[in-house]
Amino acid sequence: MTKSLPAGSLAVRRLFDFEGQTMDWWKSFPAMDDLVLTEIKKTIDSGFLEFTRSYGGAIESFFAPLKAYLIWSEKLAINTPWPIVILVFSGIAIAATRSWRITIGTAIGFCLVGYFGMWEDAMKTVSMIVASTLVSIALGLPIGILMSRYKWLRLSVTPVLDVMQTMPTFVYLIPVVMLLGIGKVPGLIAVVIYALPPIIRLTDLGIRLVDAEVLEAAEAFGSSPLQKLFKVQLPLALPTIMAGINQTIMMALAMVVVASMIGVQGLGQPVLKAIANQYFTLGLFNGLAIVAIAIIFDRISQAFGRRLQNLTGEEQ
Amino acid sequence: MSGLAIEIRQLYKVFGNDPQSLIKAAEGGMTRGEMLAKHKHVLALKDINLNIESGRIQVIMGLSGSGKSTLIRHINRLIDPTSGQILVGGTDVTSLSVKDLRQFRRDATAMVFQKFGLLPHRNVLDNTVYGLEVKGLPRAEQEKQARKWIDRVGLSGYEDRLPRQLSGGMQQRVGLARALSNDAPILLMDEAFSALDPLIRVDMQSVLLDLQKELRKTIVFITHDLDEALRLGDRIAILKDGLVVQNGTPEDIVLSPADDYVSAFVHEVNRGRVVTLGAVMRQGEKSESSLGLAATLTLDEALSRMLDSGISEASVLDATGQVLGSAKLTDLVAATIRH
Repeated sequence: MTKSLPAGSLAVRRLFDFEGQTMDWWKSFPAMDDLVLTEIKKTIDSGFLEFTRSYGGAIESFFAPLKAYLIWSEKLAINTPWPIVILVFSGIAIAATRSWRITIGTAIGFCLVGYFGMWEDAMKTVSMIVASTLVSIALGLPIGILMSRYKWLRLSVTPVLDVMQTMPTFVYLIPVVMLLGIGKVPGLIAVVIYALPPIIRLTDLGIRLVDAEVLEAAEAFGSSPLQKLFKVQLPLALPTIMAGINQTIMMALAMVVVASMIGVQGLGQPVLKAIANQYFTLGLFNGLAIVAIAIIFDRISQAFGRRLQNLTGEEQ
Repeated sequence: MSGLAIEIRQLYKVFGNDPQSLIKAAEGGMTRGEMLAKHKHVLALKDINLNIESGRIQVIMGLSGSGKSTLIRHINRLIDPTSGQILVGGTDVTSLSVKDLRQFRRDATAMVFQKFGLLPHRNVLDNTVYGLEVKGLPRAEQEKQARKWIDRVGLSGYEDRLPRQLSGGMQQRVGLARALSNDAPILLMDEAFSALDPLIRVDMQSVLLDLQKELRKTIVFITHDLDEALRLGDRIAILKDGLVVQNGTPEDIVLSPADDYVSAFVHEVNRGRVVTLGAVMRQGEKSESSLGLAATLTLDEALSRMLDSGISEASVLDATGQVLGSAKLTDLVAATIRH
């Protein structure tokens, strides 16, 4: 049979000759040349390093006010006597949720964390979570509003948000640490990058879901774009935005341990220590303290969101 | 403030990706079906010419898809025309800048919506002040106006309720109060009563007619319900596939429908409530009857007067008491039942 094959078939046979040496590309992907690849990596690395050297200082001083705020809020949380802290959080709980169950749960949660000797670390974590949530709202709300207004912005920001949410955390820790070293500010930035997407997405969604006829009515009465935003869109989107804030808080809490790797103090650090030294109980206690704080924040923000929803009558 | 006249001239509206490219074709007489089939554009309104007198109720009637809601939204330019002019009190609305348009909406028009369009998070009072708030009036003044109109539409005592705590009829009263608080000469009502139960609807029609007696606004009222149109309209324009097929008084519409489409509409209507004695009397004929009836009475009213008095023939009189003609009971019955 082989003899009767036409001339071209030799090439075909060689193409699929798995034993042959010429046809490597079939078994392993034809990657670019190693030297070129190394060169590319080197160039990017040294470029970024150059950038860090020339602008690191400037960027650091740009974040100086943020750093001052973080230090201040952490001190505030630690130095405030514990009964007052519990009173304040219970007060927030009752004001936001009007539910005794959640309020009492909040007080008990904080008491347990304190009783097991984790009060100071818990306060550091709480102040960090509050700060990163505030920063996320300050950034996310305007971005979400603009996205709801401009389709091109929505189309270009959405993939960025996808990257922010799926990129392994450690990967963007590297440039953050290179630029700003380790400490509170890089920790906050890492947390915010991870926790920002939900509030942006849900602000955008909430505004776009506002009943078209209500919006048309506002338009018919001669509302300016800002009047529409503040009198109609934001109030009606508030329950959805609140859901975004809830998600943001939860994601920020999920980052506590990772952030502790770059010097953020709080409940994450003992966990890190526990991993390194195989202290099972230490890890478990601090882990449970994070869970307690997470549940407290989650229940308060969710119940508040539900109350807003009832108020705006979305739930009919 | 009493009304402003509205004049709509050669208005065309084409929906689609490139409406301007088809305007010539539309003006050239292309039908809605052709345009949809050939160009995938919707010819929503075609050569609308409508003069709406100041201080009158102009009803625009048609089935769904006839373009009536699109048409009313051109008057305050919630929808921009593809071509044509809309003159309100002599000003061409189509040429207003964004800022001027906003001011025009604040001062000259107020609108009532089919599904009310109330802000769900605001109570009745705060919903009613919306138009005035947007205008930037002091809060005390807003509330004074709003409370006056809340009272006029019969919602006193409900100021603190949220819309969802109210029935549909009450919600639309809030919509009406909000529109009236604006004190605009033009009131645009887009199927304002269509979402209400029949009894509540009639009730709201009465509220509107009562208010209009004293307000004399220019009201454009959209409906698909002929009974409502006949009851409210000083004039009725009937829209079909984006075209005005007839525009006239309720009596015109009922007595001389322009085409089969309009005839089909008026077929089921209670003529006794629309047609007046003047339209069916024997003109110039003298009657010996002692009963004199005004020519402006509806057939229903005339019939019940005849039945009350037990006289089967009447003289028909004009406003000054001059005899115009005569009418027999049988004439009136025949006209009522479309004999």
